[in-house]
Amino acid sequence: MSIHYGKNGDIKEISSPLDVERIRQDFPILSRTVHPGKPLVYLDNAATSQKPQIVIDKLSAYYRHSNANVHRGIHVLSEEATDAYEGARRKIQQYIHAESEQQVIFTKGATESVNLVANAWGRKFLEPGDEILVSYMEHHSNIVPWHLIARDTGVTIRGIEITDSGHLDLEQFRSVLSEKTKLVAVTQMSNVLGTLNPIQEISMLAHQAGAKVLVDGAQGAAHMPSDVQKMDCDFYVVSGHKMCGPTGVGVLYGKAEWLEAMNPFLGGGEMIEEVYLDSSTYKDPPWKFEAGTPNIAQAISLGHAIDYLRNIGMEAIHAHESDLMNYTMQRMKYYDDIQVYGPLGKRGGIVSFTMEGTHPHDIATIVDRDGVAIRAGHHCAQPLMRKLNVGSTARISLYFYNTTEEIDIFLQALNKVREIFGSVAKRTV
Amino acid sequence: MSLNGLYKEVILDHYRAPRHRGVLEEPTFKEGGHNPSCGDTLEVYVKINEEDRISEITFDGHGCSISMASSSMMTDLMEGKSLEEALDLVKIFEGMMAGEAEFPDSDQYLDVVSLKGVADFPVRLKCATLAWDTLKRGISEYQSVEQHTSE
Repeated sequence: MSIHYGKNGDIKEISSPLDVERIRQDFPILSRTVHPGKPLVYLDNAATSQKPQIVIDKLSAYYRHSNANVHRGIHVLSEEATDAYEGARRKIQQYIHAESEQQVIFTKGATESVNLVANAWGRKFLEPGDEILVSYMEHHSNIVPWHLIARDTGVTIRGIEITDSGHLDLEQFRSVLSEKTKLVAVTQMSNVLGTLNPIQEISMLAHQAGAKVLVDGAQGAAHMPSDVQKMDCDFYVVSGHKMCGPTGVGVLYGKAEWLEAMNPFLGGGEMIEEVYLDSSTYKDPPWKFEAGTPNIAQAISLGHAIDYLRNIGMEAIHAHESDLMNYTMQRMKYYDDIQVYGPLGKRGGIVSFTMEGTHPHDIATIVDRDGVAIRAGHHCAQPLMRKLNVGSTARISLYFYNTTEEIDIFLQALNKVREIFGSVAKRTV
Repeated sequence: MSLNGLYKEVILDHYRAPRHRGVLEEPTFKEGGHNPSCGDTLEVYVKINEEDRISEITFDGHGCSISMASSSMMTDLMEGKSLEEALDLVKIFEGMMAGEAEFPDSDQYLDVVSLKGVADFPVRLKCATLAWDTLKRGISEYQSVEQHTSE
């Protein structure tokens, strides 16, 4: 992989480690138009990724060929469904480098995974006076579950601050860590700033203080090699639909000891050993946490999404996105009317920005007319928005199928914003 | 469905130079509005005179061009109206935005008719109706408190 520079130091083009043109053919939606003559330029991948044909096919193949409930039938179909479902669990175990597949719990999404920990671990182990540290760059899904638990258990929630450069303030983090801290909830990659957090270091510091660490991998797991053992986190949550999988499936990883000690989350069929009218005993993890019929088709298809990603290679995916990010950042910084938020150096493929005199909602509406799908709003991160002192931002978020040509179309579309709002941008570079 | 239909010059004018924007001191009532999907917030301040008419109305907050322009146009329109007239106008506006009623071809509604184009952008409807919805809630609450205290 390499970046080619022009005479003035501009990145002229990137040569990707990926055959992006071929990859794009795997995604049927990428060849549609969204307005007459305007092909889709999908830059809202942090909200949800698009799906390759293989995942779409496997989803329907399951219903056409193998549909049955798991873990309960004696017949062939049930056996096939169970094998495929448990096979997907193994694929995820390998993908996130979990010690064993018993530590991989299927949920309906990353949000449910956090809620599971908050309820099944939090209600059992948290006491009044305890503290939970939550970073200011968390998604609401890694904040609100802790509010609900704090309300019922009397624990206090404290914040991990953010530096002006958009990184976690590790000094402040050290200073608020204490023996009262029972859990540190932090994201692997910010869904607003693209910040990549030093999880290993955070885990080490938290563990020294006797606290557990929950890492939100909703963005991270989709875009970079992720190793729960290296990160040494106690809990890790994954979203299926942000990594080429279908909606309705996510993952919770936990250290075996904690999963063992935790209460069940939801009660029902499949998670029990013996049930009497007034009491019941429960299965071992992960099944203890999977009450009811799981999202079987989605879990199996997520396994195929992982096969697809691993076949391309997470290192290569991360490299392509980093280069594309550099290309994007450099061009966005040309203009004095664009304010970009987050780290200037190494970051994930997410850029939040505002434009002088124009509200992010208006930017999103205008670029949409050129086929460019971006997000505008608070990105489910209101505490971060307050820190940045903005009500909302516009955001582009990349994936491995995005190209420099698409970035150029997006930047062109921003000129329409200027036209309509009568603003003039000076090139600063 | 064109951008020009949405971003009419008169809308941009209200956005750049909003009328009645700011905090009104000692209002008879004020009401807050919030669009949780985008984070936009605004407050509407209303002063009622002895004849039960809106003598002064302002708005404050932040939002997109559509929500700010709509707030500005609404406050223009509401000045001098009785509370019943104001509620009627809100209802008419809601109907027009929902596509249930035609936008009138008259200047009775001042610049508000220019928001017609928003109806073609369903995801932006809430931007246009935020101020109106806020005023409606403010009036209803004011009326129920009034009724309660006079009983």
